[in-house]
Amino acid sequence: MQNQIGARKGLSLSDPRVRAWLFQILTVVAVIALGWYLIHNTQTNMQHRGITSGFDFLERSAGFGIAQHLIDYTEADSYARVLLVGLLNTLLASVIGIVIATLLGFVVGVARLSSNWVISKLATIYVETFRNIPPLLQILFWYFAVFTALPGPRGSINIEDLFFISSRGVNMPGASMAAGFWPFIVALVLAVLAIVLMVRRANKRFDETGQPFHKFWAGLALLLVIPTCSVLLFGNPLQWEVPQLKGFNFVGGWVLIPEFMALTLALSIYTAAFIAEIVRSGIKSVSHGQTEAARSLGLREGPTLRKVIIPQAMRVIIPPLTSQYLNLTKNSSLAAVIGYPELVSLFAGTVLNQTGQSVEVMGITMAVYLTISISISLLMNWYNKRIALIER
Amino acid sequence: MNAHVFKPDMPPPVKTVGVLAWMRANLFSSWVNTLLTLFALYLVWLIVPALVQWAFLDANWSGTTRADCTKDGACWVFVQQRFGQFMYGYYPSELRWRVDLTAWLGVIGAAPLFIRSFTRKAAYGIGYLVIYPILAYLLLHGGSFGLVQVPTSQWGGLTLTLVIATVGIAAALPLGILLALGRRSRMPVIKAVSVTFIEFWRGIPLITVLFMSSVMLPLFMPEGMSFDKLLRAMIFVILFQSAYIAEVVRGGMQAIPKGQYEAAAAMGLGYWRAMALVILPQALKLVIPGIVNTFIALFKDTSLVIIIGLFDLLNSVRQATADPAWLGMATEGYVFAALVYWVFCFSMSRYSMHLERKLDTGHKR
Repeated sequence: MQNQIGARKGLSLSDPRVRAWLFQILTVVAVIALGWYLIHNTQTNMQHRGITSGFDFLERSAGFGIAQHLIDYTEADSYARVLLVGLLNTLLASVIGIVIATLLGFVVGVARLSSNWVISKLATIYVETFRNIPPLLQILFWYFAVFTALPGPRGSINIEDLFFISSRGVNMPGASMAAGFWPFIVALVLAVLAIVLMVRRANKRFDETGQPFHKFWAGLALLLVIPTCSVLLFGNPLQWEVPQLKGFNFVGGWVLIPEFMALTLALSIYTAAFIAEIVRSGIKSVSHGQTEAARSLGLREGPTLRKVIIPQAMRVIIPPLTSQYLNLTKNSSLAAVIGYPELVSLFAGTVLNQTGQSVEVMGITMAVYLTISISISLLMNWYNKRIALIER
Repeated sequence: MNAHVFKPDMPPPVKTVGVLAWMRANLFSSWVNTLLTLFALYLVWLIVPALVQWAFLDANWSGTTRADCTKDGACWVFVQQRFGQFMYGYYPSELRWRVDLTAWLGVIGAAPLFIRSFTRKAAYGIGYLVIYPILAYLLLHGGSFGLVQVPTSQWGGLTLTLVIATVGIAAALPLGILLALGRRSRMPVIKAVSVTFIEFWRGIPLITVLFMSSVMLPLFMPEGMSFDKLLRAMIFVILFQSAYIAEVVRGGMQAIPKGQYEAAAAMGLGYWRAMALVILPQALKLVIPGIVNTFIALFKDTSLVIIIGLFDLLNSVRQATADPAWLGMATEGYVFAALVYWVFCFSMSRYSMHLERKLDTGHKR
């Protein structure tokens, strides 16, 4: 008897805690062994193939041109600069895609709930069509069947001599800094500060006395008046340059390259279909009793929507919306297929081919994506927590 | 004395029944609605007639070369001529019956699972999941039983799309379940490993994963060990997909009331038995629609294998549109591919909605 109890107190496989330790130790050993095995293989392979390792290659000159760069870039610039250019292009496509997708998605989502039969059916057809076609196919369609199939610069579609749509992309007037640029920026910052102060004061007054203040109109007035004063005093902040057809292409102004157009359009349309569904389920999740309660408190249609329905719907909408934003950012890497110079096609494509340092290049690429994913989800979690406080 | 005779009922006012009333209520209830309706009808009027004109009325349906496409509309001759390539890729044409047979075996084999009165679904399903992949591999790849070997480099078209998608999901499911269990485990090391694995794969785009499969996997393997391109892609698709499956399964496990765990423990079941007999059967039933949705996403994502040069449906179409003999057929080609993808994805999403309704037994919290 004594013995049996003693045996149970000792180390035995039938003790769940012992087993837990054992499992965990085995896991650690397995993970380390796998990691060591992979690293060992990689090192031997790299030695045999004569691949150098280390991050020195980032300093070397890249030697190839890039069709779209938001910062100054020449062929003599380093690979590190290429990485930055690619990252900025990825972020540009993602941010613009996110903005368009959100606007379109909210419109379509609300349209699907509309009491108007034609509108809701059209929205349903939109959602069911575009979310069931692979995004890559949509990108290829826009690129090959629409944008590059447009007439060349000479036969371009001319809108008011300002915008030219051709197979080379969309050429439009470009802005550059003029005398009044910095005063204008300062004025803009001042206006924003003034609005923040005004909103705070108005909210405080509303909390204390219950008297509402026309925050929106006052804000709009501030935003218009202060920068206008700067323009009147210091002159125009920007000077515009209109594209001119010279030879076979346009000179001057800004150009949206067809790869960019195809990518952002396809991704926005695709993601908007998902966002529309999220918005619809979010709004439907707020029970009708909330609307009735708001009406019985005497709120009109507008405030009911703004102060009762939307804050509650947003709580349901935000988490899946975040993952759609992340999806869109990750999907922007599909542009590698049509040659839009973003992170994957520039860095994991061209740079990898030129340097052959696959481990470092892929490592950096993945690290960048993981950083973007994690920061978007942290930001959204923070926002989510903030609006979740509205809950009882 | 005359009995009072009721007059027959008056018909309801025209405004409240029939087409007119419906239109009043649903289309023209207010001036905003009227404007919206008119705007929507204008949109429809802009798009639909032009589309019908292009796709049907002015389309070219018969012929063999580009020169036969004389009318303004779509040139479906292109799709007809390349149909074999779109479906089978470079699979030798005299052996394509093997692909057809594999597909039919798959459909017929799976059919009993959808018959309501068939009771032994679980046993049959597991048997099917074990036997069918072996049969499919033997048929598609050949090399034994007197079948000529067809290397995977010749596989292509819709066949390849379906192979990657089904293998991806079938192999990712067990791995995903294990990861989900790991993430909900109380052992810190196991949990940390699972979380890291899941978040890593979910954080990077599939396209870099595929890049990795072509440039990094050869470095990871011992010297002299080389993999088929398709197999390399599949390994990484499976790892990638298992992370997503894990999150879906975890969602299902979280929806199981805590009482179920406690009841299982009270019955004296250990961890594995409690999971296998009590928790997972309920959780997996809850997440079947989620798994179908993951499958739809994977089906769409298979199109990315274009990046490593595999010829799936989309890449076959792209290659065919680049053929100098058929220049300018991009629209027809991509519309056809879109239609194929759409039919698959739409029917699967409808099926998932149907399952969601059928399986809803009120367990969800």
